[in-house]
Amino acid sequence: MNDLLDPLLLARWQFGLTTVYHFLFVPLTIGLATTTAIFQTAWVRTAKVEYLRITRFFGSIFLINFAMGVVTGIVQEFQFGMNWSEYSRFVGDIFGAPLALEGLLAFFLEATFIGLWIFGWNRLPQKLHLATIWVTAVGSIVSAYFIIAANAWMQNPVGFEVNAERGRAELVDIWAVLSNPVALAAFPHTIAAAFMVSSGLIITAAAWHLSRNQHLDTMRPALKFGLWAMVVSGALTTFFGDQLSLAMVATQPMKMAAAEATYDTVCGADASFSIFTLGTPDGTNELFSIRVPYLLSLLSTHSLDGCVEGINDLQAQYTELWGPGDYTPIIWVTYWAFRWMIGLGMAHVLVAVVGLWLTRKGRMPKQKWVWKVAIWSFPLSLGAMIVGWVFTEMGRQPWIVFSQMFTESAVSPNVTGLDVLISLTAFTLIYGILAVVEVRLIIRAVRKGPPEIGAPDPETGRVEQPSTVY
Amino acid sequence: MDLAVLWFWIVAFLFVGYFVLDGFDFGVGMTMPFLAKDDTDRRVMINTIGPVWDLNETWVIVAGAALFAAFPEWYATLFSGFYLALLLILLALIARGVSFEYRHQRPESQWKAWFDRMIIVGSAVPALLWGVAFANIVQGVPLDADHNYTGTLFDLLNPYALLGGATTLLLFFTHGAVFIALKTEGELRARAKRLATRAGVITIVVAAAFLLWTGVAQGSAWFWGLAAVAAVALIGGVLANTRGKEGLAFGLMALTIAAAVVGLFAALFPEVMPASNDPANSLTIANASSTPYTLTFMSWTALIFLPLVLAYQAWTYWIFRKRVTRQTIEAAAH
Ligand code: HDD
Ligand code: HEM
Ligand code: HEM
Repeated sequence: MNDLLDPLLLARWQFGLTTVYHFLFVPLTIGLATTTAIFQTAWVRTAKVEYLRITRFFGSIFLINFAMGVVTGIVQEFQFGMNWSEYSRFVGDIFGAPLALEGLLAFFLEATFIGLWIFGWNRLPQKLHLATIWVTAVGSIVSAYFIIAANAWMQNPVGFEVNAERGRAELVDIWAVLSNPVALAAFPHTIAAAFMVSSGLIITAAAWHLSRNQHLDTMRPALKFGLWAMVVSGALTTFFGDQLSLAMVATQPMKMAAAEATYDTVCGADASFSIFTLGTPDGTNELFSIRVPYLLSLLSTHSLDGCVEGINDLQAQYTELWGPGDYTPIIWVTYWAFRWMIGLGMAHVLVAVVGLWLTRKGRMPKQKWVWKVAIWSFPLSLGAMIVGWVFTEMGRQPWIVFSQMFTESAVSPNVTGLDVLISLTAFTLIYGILAVVEVRLIIRAVRKGPPEIGAPDPETGRVEQPSTVY
Repeated sequence: MDLAVLWFWIVAFLFVGYFVLDGFDFGVGMTMPFLAKDDTDRRVMINTIGPVWDLNETWVIVAGAALFAAFPEWYATLFSGFYLALLLILLALIARGVSFEYRHQRPESQWKAWFDRMIIVGSAVPALLWGVAFANIVQGVPLDADHNYTGTLFDLLNPYALLGGATTLLLFFTHGAVFIALKTEGELRARAKRLATRAGVITIVVAAAFLLWTGVAQGSAWFWGLAAVAAVALIGGVLANTRGKEGLAFGLMALTIAAAVVGLFAALFPEVMPASNDPANSLTIANASSTPYTLTFMSWTALIFLPLVLAYQAWTYWIFRKRVTRQTIEAAAH
């Protein structure tokens, strides 16, 4: 087979590319929907126009972003059938159910109530209008739950039996699928991480205006909110990341071994976590490293004398279980992705902690570089999010469904390499163009600042709202 | 009743919802170059569907997911087999979806013109290709023993399927024109009414040809009955439009689309993807469906949540029932 036209390789690239792309927008949608709802609630309760202006400001950024999440999401759903038809046949009985639930319970809700919110400013009573953004926010979080439950099943398949005659996995316990321990840890971890991303955007936008000494009445409270939200969601992300580590070690020990590039089983003090390692690029030979003793043992087992199985031992075990084959993911990817996830995310929390200190009791730092750091910090947690998923998905390889199906047997047999090359090229082009358009629109909306809104009518208490029109 | 059969009809219902609702969105996009005389007209037209296009489009997402969950084999065969056709639909839906939101973000007419083009093409391509896809499903396509499609994109573009595509394209076009007449005022409304009549007459001819061809090739009594309903509704819709009964005309157009889609599913029943080369390779409701356990669980959720979904969507349409006028658009400063 001509390498360039290998349908499997191309389909993997396409799935990776389109999913990562979809996930550039989703965390902002989840985080900003809730943030917007919080500010709108603050406005409804206090009647302070500043809160309304913050709501409209972040609401407009939210909408620019939302459109991209929607249109890229459809690609995700169709792609399982288009590129991974053998996978769809094998898992449809189980995997389809959460997707259908997601559509019926979450997407319908989101898509309907977002329309009501956008166009309902002057048409719905204030409280009802507030409810529509909350429903949208809840919809986005519910949808994340179902998609993660589906993904968790690929990481840790539960509640099923394989029907050899029909060559497929069949559902026997839907509750087990929906309460998969991996899903129960991955869901709060991902949601908390999504709030880190949206807090990052708020910090960036607020810092941009404050460094220019403008919009102080709205951007000061926004900055404060963003900084606190970052610290809180950062702590939650870490807490649930720790839970997720435990679940992962219990279900996919190979992934933890690959994350740490430990070849031999290690215990206690030897189960150290390397913060930085210089080695040969494939990660098999270590030249220099900074290590924290016991940390790996703590992460994986929550005890100081725990043992972490090494790649070589696991490879031997797996060969015995499932026959000859290479059961090791690409080590340098998992090793670095795991570190960058934690490193980038923690760096962003650090920015927020320092920011809280510098702005304590209403202070405004004068140094230019402080604001620069705040403004440019946005990519940190978004980057952590992306490499986190790369770690999760690449660390599962060579399996598409851990212990049940290999990625190479999942691809559509009748879709040619040329077909996939065409679609991969088309998606790359259109996604590339749209990325440029979207980023520019968001920057433009951020720079424009919060809209001017007059004070409420002293008699009726009503505020003259700018209505949204396409 | 057998749950798999129930799900066959639930899938049909979801596609009916999709084509009836997103159908007029496509129509609004496609009729834009014919109806709008200036930017305000275009904005009026886009704002008639502004609050609802996303929820309309979500019907196909749910239909796709229901297909995946209830008939994994059907989903796998259809989506991998019609790969390039679906790719075109996806690209079109992406272009159309972002355009609604991005078009109004900048005032330059050059900027808007780009998104207008994407809305028009992004509406016409799926309107055509969904018809092509469904006609091919009903007609049958070559499948191997593993139910994998063995043809190419060009095999899908056969005369019967192209006629099916022309039918959906024209149906949605007319549906959209009727919708604009129902949702706008003044000149635009009058133009939409005239366009709907003219397009309606062509639609009647093309749709009749497609339904007759389908009926002769695979028609059961059920299909003929539904085709008759569709035909009567379509003619009634066009007549109601010329009389200026916009609400009735719109309702009859929706009925036409619904009857035609259900008719196609009836023509398919009890198969879901007939193999044109060897009937032994066909996918049927029985050999494509999920286990009774999954279907039972799914049936309960659908039973609980579908009525709820229908209720809040109906409420949304009620909230936005008013006509969109040039005055409201011009008042919203941009
Ligand atoms: C801002 C983003 C962010 C930050 C700061 C962190 N993570 Fe994370 N992590 C994610 C964003 C993320 C993610 C992208 O959301 C993933 C991918 C899959 C998932 O469920 O969440 C993820 C996956 C993921 C996994 C893989 C689960 C699996 O494959 O089954 C583990 C073990 C951790 N995380 C652990 C941690 C720990 C111990 C962290 C901090 C100390 C941490 N993460 C910080
Ligand atoms: C329900 C959720 C998800 C499912 C079912 C899923 C499924 C898959 C599948 C089928 C593949 C192809 C196999 C392969 O290429 O090795 C894959 C790979 C990949 N996915 Fe996921 N994925 C999900 C969520 C995500 C998310 C949210 C991201 C990131 C934003 C992501 C990132 C990737 C990447 C980077 C690859 C490429 C890995 C590789 O090439 O080996 N996935 N995933
Ligand atoms: C690879 C698997 C995935 C599939 C099949 C998928 C499917 C979809 C679809 C079809 C949409 C459009 C919905 C609409 O029209 O409103 C969408 C949007 C969305 N997806 Fe995904 N998605 C995937 C990965 C993820 C993951 C991992 C998450 C969450 C952690 C997620 C969260 C969302 C959210 C919150 C939205 C709605 C907000 C928005 O449109 O931006 N998705 N997705």
